[in-house]
Amino acid sequence: MNDLTAAFGLALQMLLTLDADLTEIVGLSLRVSFTAVGLAALLGLPLGAAVALYRFPGRRVLAVLLNAFMGLPPVVVGLVVYLMLSRSGPLGVLGLLFTPGAMIVAQCLLVLPIIAALSAQTVADLREEYDEQLRSLAAGPLQRLVTLLWDGRFSLLTAILAGFGRAIAEVGAVMIVGGNIAHSTRVMTTAIALETSKGDLALALGLGIVLIALAVTVNLLALGLRDVARPQYA
Amino acid sequence: MSPALSMLERAPARPAESPTNPSAPTRTTPILPLRLEEVCYEAGGKRLIDRISLTFGGGARSVILGPNGAGKSLLLRLCHGLIAPSAGHVSWAAPPAIAVQHRQAMVFQRPVLLRRSVEANVAYPLRLRGVGARARAARVAEALARAGLSALAKQPARSLSGGEQQRLAIARAWVMDPEVLFLDEPTANLDPAAARAIEELIESVHRSGAKIILTTHDLGLAQRLADEVIFLHAGRVRECKAATGFFTQPETAEAEAFLKGNLTW
Repeated sequence: MNDLTAAFGLALQMLLTLDADLTEIVGLSLRVSFTAVGLAALLGLPLGAAVALYRFPGRRVLAVLLNAFMGLPPVVVGLVVYLMLSRSGPLGVLGLLFTPGAMIVAQCLLVLPIIAALSAQTVADLREEYDEQLRSLAAGPLQRLVTLLWDGRFSLLTAILAGFGRAIAEVGAVMIVGGNIAHSTRVMTTAIALETSKGDLALALGLGIVLIALAVTVNLLALGLRDVARPQYA
Repeated sequence: MSPALSMLERAPARPAESPTNPSAPTRTTPILPLRLEEVCYEAGGKRLIDRISLTFGGGARSVILGPNGAGKSLLLRLCHGLIAPSAGHVSWAAPPAIAVQHRQAMVFQRPVLLRRSVEANVAYPLRLRGVGARARAARVAEALARAGLSALAKQPARSLSGGEQQRLAIARAWVMDPEVLFLDEPTANLDPAAARAIEELIESVHRSGAKIILTTHDLGLAQRLADEVIFLHAGRVRECKAATGFFTQPETAEAEAFLKGNLTW
């Protein structure tokens, strides 16, 4: 109980004084996760829409894999990326291991199936409604994909937020490929893991509270934006 | 919509003389008549459209009349090419090189409006066909004016009333300057005033030179709009004749019963 009270006190203190170390860690967390989710959305939205719209060999297998990979264990993704990026790995020449770049790659892979699978579902639902009309208007395959992604934009935001929640909260992958190096690759989750193992539970919990506040804020901002725009178009 | 996305959605601009570009209505080769030969459509082991042979020529307003379940909507979808016949042929007079799909439009019973503004909905088919921004804006404004929707241009399409939505669907079809306009039960769910506005709009489309082919089970609508009536019952064409003759002297017992309002199954 003492730890809990102390944790809230610490969290509040860190937030109010804008502790320099904390700001750096928060900044890196946001930078890594936003970039990873941005890349994953760029790839995952069209991928999901393609799975929902087109008939191609292996479509069903891909759909099953995307759904299954929504629950990929972060440590496994981290390990695979580690093997790829390590000095002797196939992508070792890039020198990305233990840099924020490696963390972005790992989180992107982790989040991609979530965004793709959820957007496939959204686009499939929308397709039910739009298909005949779009065929009547003689829309081409790419035009249909873009139309459905754009008209599903408010629902797809939820898919992207689900991806962001996953990215900002995971610890296993960034720990393995980033290494939790102070002032270099330390993010909120790895800092929490470190403080916990050092026994500073109050600090760890304080960081945890800040992390949750961060995730809540990002979601509030995104959903708030959506609610301003959506009533007019849904 | 962001410029990058809108680039993807828009087709590359075509040369103006292309027959598929509706901004240049070079109607040298009409796509009509539309010919159906022994067309059948089966689903779930049931024959829903049974050996229908018809020819739709230019000009006249053709009304496909019949009770619910007669196969009116299916017949319209077969004509428009949304579904393929199980047997028989649907063919246009135009040579295969001409993209007939770009020269016809359909208004569905429940309008499928994009989650965008009214004017964006009307602009959409033009964007698909690669009509440039300036020509597009002019044609959208004209189509909205003709449908009496100019004041609602910036509103979200799905916030409109049922009658306004149907008018928007017709405006979106009309903006493509189609040679043939298919309408599936265009006034089915509307109150009399809204239905009257739709009828007037269909009249305007027809006067502008488009062939009208519509389905309805509404006798009043058929009497007001039809030049020729195709009476459909249980997937078969029972009568196909000029409207005046059909309403005064129906030849089949089913048509007579339908006109009296007591068609039994």
